[in-house]
Amino acid sequence: MLEYPLTNEERTIKDLIKEIGEKYILPKALEWDEKEIYDPLPIRALADADLFGIIVPEEYGGLGLGVRAMCIAVEWLSYYCAGVSTTYAASFLGAYPIILFGNEEQKRIYLPDIARGKKLCAFALTEPQAGSDAFAIKTQAIKNGDYYILNGVKQWITNGGIADIYVVIAMTDPTKGARGATAFIVEKGDPGFVVGKKEKKLGLRASVTTDLIFNECRIPKERVIAREGMGFMVALRTLDYARCGAGAQALGIGQFALEVSLRHARKRIQFGQPVYNFQAVSHTFAEMAMRLESARALVYQVASYIDSGAKDFSGASAMAKCYATDQAMWVCERAIQMMGGYGYMRDYPVQKLFRDAKCLQIYEGTNEIQKNVIARELAKFVKI
Amino acid sequence: MEKIIVCVKAVPDLRSVKVDPETHTLRRDSADLLLNPHDAPAIELAMRLKERLGVEVVVLTMGPPNASSVLRRVYSLGADRLILLSDRAFAGSDTLATSKVLAKALEKLSPFSLVLMGLKSIDGETAQVPPETAVLLGIPSVTNVRNISVENGVFILERVTDYGIEELEVAPPLVVSVTTKLDYIRPPSLKRLLKEREVEVTIWNAETLRLSQEEVGLRGSPTQVASVFEKTISSKGEIWEGPPEELSERLIELLRQKGFLKS
Repeated sequence: MLEYPLTNEERTIKDLIKEIGEKYILPKALEWDEKEIYDPLPIRALADADLFGIIVPEEYGGLGLGVRAMCIAVEWLSYYCAGVSTTYAASFLGAYPIILFGNEEQKRIYLPDIARGKKLCAFALTEPQAGSDAFAIKTQAIKNGDYYILNGVKQWITNGGIADIYVVIAMTDPTKGARGATAFIVEKGDPGFVVGKKEKKLGLRASVTTDLIFNECRIPKERVIAREGMGFMVALRTLDYARCGAGAQALGIGQFALEVSLRHARKRIQFGQPVYNFQAVSHTFAEMAMRLESARALVYQVASYIDSGAKDFSGASAMAKCYATDQAMWVCERAIQMMGGYGYMRDYPVQKLFRDAKCLQIYEGTNEIQKNVIARELAKFVKI
Repeated sequence: MEKIIVCVKAVPDLRSVKVDPETHTLRRDSADLLLNPHDAPAIELAMRLKERLGVEVVVLTMGPPNASSVLRRVYSLGADRLILLSDRAFAGSDTLATSKVLAKALEKLSPFSLVLMGLKSIDGETAQVPPETAVLLGIPSVTNVRNISVENGVFILERVTDYGIEELEVAPPLVVSVTTKLDYIRPPSLKRLLKEREVEVTIWNAETLRLSQEEVGLRGSPTQVASVFEKTISSKGEIWEGPPEELSERLIELLRQKGFLKS
């Protein structure tokens, strides 16, 4: 309902994503979901369109645009399929550590291929016993001469198996706690690195989620990102940047849910008139629109805040993620209700949106963890 | 390998086009123009060859000045150089006159190894221009091709026919028209879209191409369009009601009358 002033770049991105969405995604999205298959075709289209280069600096072959441009791409991609946008956004999650903390050589080696979409990325922090409690990871990396030897298992890793570049957080010194982890670049095909089973999911079924298994995996010391001991810092900063993207996914899903259910309510005749004429229905739509627009305003504003060079934005990006994903969940649930039985049927897309939206409240830090971050940052405003 | 040249057509958006009441040709100058959808596969094959061979891809179109917007669109798909063949004298050209203009421009651009075109345009639907242009240039043409590879300086072409796929080996230079369907056609590039407006479009007119007024346009076109009419669709459906036995008898009778059923 609101028009946001977009830059030339942002408008071009939005139009291009819409073109790709209409042509390469929309006709297949329900089928990918139903069959739980990853189709590389839309990823190839996004790569050919340079859309993997949005956040990569120009000197490494990207476009050097900011978080807001990334959010607009992710938002409109999610409008067509949040499974595809998860593959896309998770690749940014894996690329951010190299962009933000990689040394010159690492950037020179990896970023040009990432920008061209020739190589997908993945980010591996979560383990079976370490979800919200990220500091509880057990994957170990023991230094041995010019190499580190990695052992352990990562769980629920988006793009596992389809990515070529993995940023893996592992403990180099468990006695140092939060300062005991290190971020490594692991490449597909590194000896001792195998991809585990593919998960069966409720939603985001066009994306791939797997375990990663490290068994005496030898990684050269040149693949350490930042320095030994900086692993959690690298991971948390990466998540600060990427969280807005999860918020942006919520906007795209919510927008599609609103449009599909609104079209239905305007056409569906019951008691001799469109159901939209009943206030119980139309007021629900008014509420859906208000929640969605307020979420969009917050996500765009936080993205612009990060792009403006702000230093402390953990709380802000946590707000954007938590608020927008909660609103999307609510909007999708209401969208099903507004469509009644049609909303519940798998021939219609709203049930997919509902299942996709659910994951957004869980991944990239559960919304409960986001509230911890917000509360922690908030406490700094009052000195006692 | 020398450069690849793709000839494309700017076709009128069907929602905005008007027909000239005197010449019975389409008023291209006042319509919104789009890239002929059947040209997209030709551009895609050119881009795949460019990736493999590293050759320059030049894109040509003959059309009114506003056709340059369509050329810019092709730039965003990966073209290196854009040339618009535009002159009032070209207006009303049929396929032969168009082929003459294209052939002159291609001669001016030679040497080239390959000319790619869409199979046909969605407005004319003749599919004549690619072979006609090849004849005027005195080089071979292959139509309805879906894949092109290169081995030892020779093109290997996969041509789609009603009976299967023909594989042909042809030495350059040649003209190829590309099938209307490919497994994948790339979207435009964001980087190129952002530079689209700054890209230079070279314009060549009849004088540049040393073409006389008699050879081109309506005067150079043996094809005469006798008349053009708008298609009217009248869907006068009938609804029959009654018991099934009676209705089926009536239906059989109707099918007999129309000659669909014998005896």
